[in-house]
Amino acid sequence: MPEIRISQASIQNDSSPGDSVAPSAAAVAESSAIRKFLLARGNSAIADRGFHWLMVLCALSIFAIVVLIAAELARGSRLSWAQSGIKFFFSNFVDPDSHLPMYWDPVNGHFSALPFIYGTLVSSFLALLLAVPLAVGVAVFLTEMCPRVLRGPLAFLTELLAAIPSVIYGLWAVFVLVPLLREQVNPPLIKLLGWTGFFNNDNPTGLGFVAAGVILAIMILPIISSLTREVMNAVPGSQREAVLALGATRWEMIRMGVLRNARIGIVGAIILGLGRALGETMAVTMVIGNTPQIQRSMLASGASMASVIANEYAEATSDLHLSALTEIGLALFIVTIIVNALARLLVWAVTRGAPARVN
Amino acid sequence: MWRTGSDNLATGLAVASTILVVAPLLAIFGYLIYKGASSLNWAFFTQIPKPEGEVGGGMANAIVGSGVLLGIASLIGVPIGIGGGVFLAEFGRGTKLANAVRFTADVLNGVPSIVMGVAVYGLIVTPAMPFSALSGGVALGIMMIPTVTRTTEEMLLMVPHSVREAALALGVPNWRSVLSITIKTASPGIITGCMLAFARVAGETAPLIFTAFGNSNWSVALNRPISALPLEIYRYAISPYDDQHRQAWAAALVLVVLIVAAVSLVRYVVGRGVLKGAS
Repeated sequence: MPEIRISQASIQNDSSPGDSVAPSAAAVAESSAIRKFLLARGNSAIADRGFHWLMVLCALSIFAIVVLIAAELARGSRLSWAQSGIKFFFSNFVDPDSHLPMYWDPVNGHFSALPFIYGTLVSSFLALLLAVPLAVGVAVFLTEMCPRVLRGPLAFLTELLAAIPSVIYGLWAVFVLVPLLREQVNPPLIKLLGWTGFFNNDNPTGLGFVAAGVILAIMILPIISSLTREVMNAVPGSQREAVLALGATRWEMIRMGVLRNARIGIVGAIILGLGRALGETMAVTMVIGNTPQIQRSMLASGASMASVIANEYAEATSDLHLSALTEIGLALFIVTIIVNALARLLVWAVTRGAPARVN
Repeated sequence: MWRTGSDNLATGLAVASTILVVAPLLAIFGYLIYKGASSLNWAFFTQIPKPEGEVGGGMANAIVGSGVLLGIASLIGVPIGIGGGVFLAEFGRGTKLANAVRFTADVLNGVPSIVMGVAVYGLIVTPAMPFSALSGGVALGIMMIPTVTRTTEEMLLMVPHSVREAALALGVPNWRSVLSITIKTASPGIITGCMLAFARVAGETAPLIFTAFGNSNWSVALNRPISALPLEIYRYAISPYDDQHRQAWAAALVLVVLIVAAVSLVRYVVGRGVLKGAS
């Protein structure tokens, strides 16, 4: 299959005819001799240089922020790191009374991030499982099938989902979604799939991984679907026409001509959604139940990395407790940076050179 | 047969998923408007919260507190963000530094807000003063910077070079041409970008829990804990009292209306203005 390398021709067509002939916009700034001459004149050179450096300073402050955040998180988690080192992320303790594994005990000073890592992973992957097929379906519908009249409003509606603050999703989840799951969805799940061990009937509240996964899915849908639309739009129309000309049906055209060419970008969009799900705090905190335990059942309550910070940071009982929470924050920071960087690289690799078309 | 069937099946699935996606959205909006509108009253806007468990009271202090926090955030986020965008579009085009800044801004955009809160807590809260409005504003301001930078850059890139060169040819210094010509031409887009960043941080709760902390009394002092709408929504949603649930819905509606109103007001004003020009 051909690469999705959008030719430079489209850019040249977009730039206004008045511009000097140059391969790309970046080169224009460099190549104008008159401009260089005017900029080099002496009478405003000092002010210009000052302004230039002021702007550079603003740009560098973005680096500074990232470095400051990293340094501060590292400084804050020193105490916890000294206490348990790398074992912080996978150890557990045995409760002397009940002989059950224990992970998080602020009273006695035992801290392990394991249940929170588990909770974050489980809720995020549940969310992806629900959101990815739907998001791709919506993107396919909006770019390839939708009547033009519906396209604008539907795209606007999905974008609107992104504008709602996460605490309002949480509010809705607490009062609408959780009761709905508790009364309508969980009983049949337990009845049908209880034998697998993933859906145990021991949590009557309805709060738990499933609730967190569903609300996360609703929240990351707009991101995945709008980015998927963007990369699908970047696939040139000639691809579609070529496949159709060979006698393909519309679905075959979408599958072979569009989805296959856009797959790298779609993976990027999914990873970006994952990054958002990993760090999402408020909505998850409100519905996950906030108990530091590891249970096989998806209906059990748990806690995520972000939710434990939100819940306990303001009321941390000891320096070690605060430090352990900061270390969880540091881990979250590093993981989301890696995930986001990866996703940006993938999306950028596909849409480079093709400005998103306005439909 | 098989091919037509799979085509129809795929079409059906795409339509079904669209409906499945639109349904919860409409459910959220409908429920928010229904619950919020039926819970709003005059006291909500004029009174401060009653003690736990008592019926009545309002969130006047939280509305003002949100305003204060967002004011501080904009003072920090907008100038630095626009400066960064100007660098990317005017001075750094095509350089390695600019690419690195752009990438860092994108990545910073994806850092969870709660992590920002933890970092700001460590930087500002412990050494200088306990929970305060200032630290909350700083946390929100930092979150605005990457969004403002990227939209400013995109808008400035749309300004044609002929405009810049015309200004330079008239003998205008470069800094003056950037400020009064390029930024002014792109200002509708830049303002919209700032409003989007503003709308995004207006609903942020996570970083405020342990920076601004919340306050059930009147307070606008920068060095004291301050209340904010999203914080109150969170507190009230997980409280056991029905009346507080009612107020949480009212606050949620007010917050969404404020966000939508701020964004559309700016779009309307800017769209009517004289600066439609090049963007």
